[in-house]
Amino acid sequence: MITAERKPIEEILEYLEPYDRILLVGCNECVTVCAAGGRKEVALLSSALQMARMKSGRTLEVREMTLERQCDPEYVEELVNFIDQAGAVLSMACGCGVQEVARRFKDKPVFPAVNTKFMGASERQGVWAERCQGCGDCLLGLTGGICPIARCSKRLLNGPCGGSTDGKCEISPEVDCAWQLIWERLKALGLEKRYEDIISAKDWRTSRDGGPRKIVREDLAS
Amino acid sequence: MDHFSPVIVAFCCHYCAYTAADMAGSMRLSYPSNVKIIRVPCSGKVSALHIMRAFQKGADGVYVAGCLEGDCHFKDGNIKAAKRVAYVKKMLDEIGIGGERVEVIRMSAGMGERFAQSAKDFTERIRKLGPNPVRAVLNQRESAGA
Repeated sequence: MITAERKPIEEILEYLEPYDRILLVGCNECVTVCAAGGRKEVALLSSALQMARMKSGRTLEVREMTLERQCDPEYVEELVNFIDQAGAVLSMACGCGVQEVARRFKDKPVFPAVNTKFMGASERQGVWAERCQGCGDCLLGLTGGICPIARCSKRLLNGPCGGSTDGKCEISPEVDCAWQLIWERLKALGLEKRYEDIISAKDWRTSRDGGPRKIVREDLAS
Repeated sequence: MDHFSPVIVAFCCHYCAYTAADMAGSMRLSYPSNVKIIRVPCSGKVSALHIMRAFQKGADGVYVAGCLEGDCHFKDGNIKAAKRVAYVKKMLDEIGIGGERVEVIRMSAGMGERFAQSAKDFTERIRKLGPNPVRAVLNQRESAGA
């Protein structure tokens, strides 16, 4: 999932300073799962913002809405009946959702309420960790299902480096050395030989280095 | 400020704190009448939003009263409640309402005295902090609507 974390309320309040009536829009997808911008978080932030405003002697009218998916125009369209009453939109979706709302409602200021962080997985309840950087040319088949791009601090394709100690990365004892994990996994699979294969230099054009990316499925595209 | 009578919402677990309140009554112990008790099946039922909404509607203080550690009828509801209260404390600090206005209190069903004393202590704490800052706007709204 795409993970996110709520911005400091002070920053959000600064964005909203000129407005007395806003539309606070959550998303039922990734940000719900990572407890950053689903229905519950929308209600909590709404309550916090209204109280913060009342404390300064003003009021803030908040209409709360949580869309099925904020990154799809079909769902963003559901805002159309409510957008005019709001001075601005505050979105709790990832950056994709914020931009989709901004694209659809060109004359309405749209502000992010969360910082979009990374593509990750739940390690346990309440803990999410980075797992994929969307490099566009997946290596997991060579590395025992553990990504050296997302999980090695240096993105080494042939690791580990000298900073690996007791299975941990030199940047922090909390961070596993991805290449230690890869080695252990290959060993468990009986694929130690694969470790000897040198992975050649990566063509980063499939990643962000090739500029903004797009997928077109001819059979589906209208 | 001497005559300030704070509104305090106490979310009380059915199995311990609520029964302790009952015990306090049976023992003829007095506790401040400004403590409004809301019975919940478990302190773990109280979400962050319940607490925030209480403040938004003008409560000056909120406490969640659950079972003693290890004694939760639902295993770990009281531990979850404590984590949520810690989360709300941070949020209240962030918006300037003050995290010290919310607390977790633990007691068993037989601790009538602790219930009464906690109610008194918490009321005193909130009295010192003064009214919830959102009250001014709520009062204005009320008088405008009246």
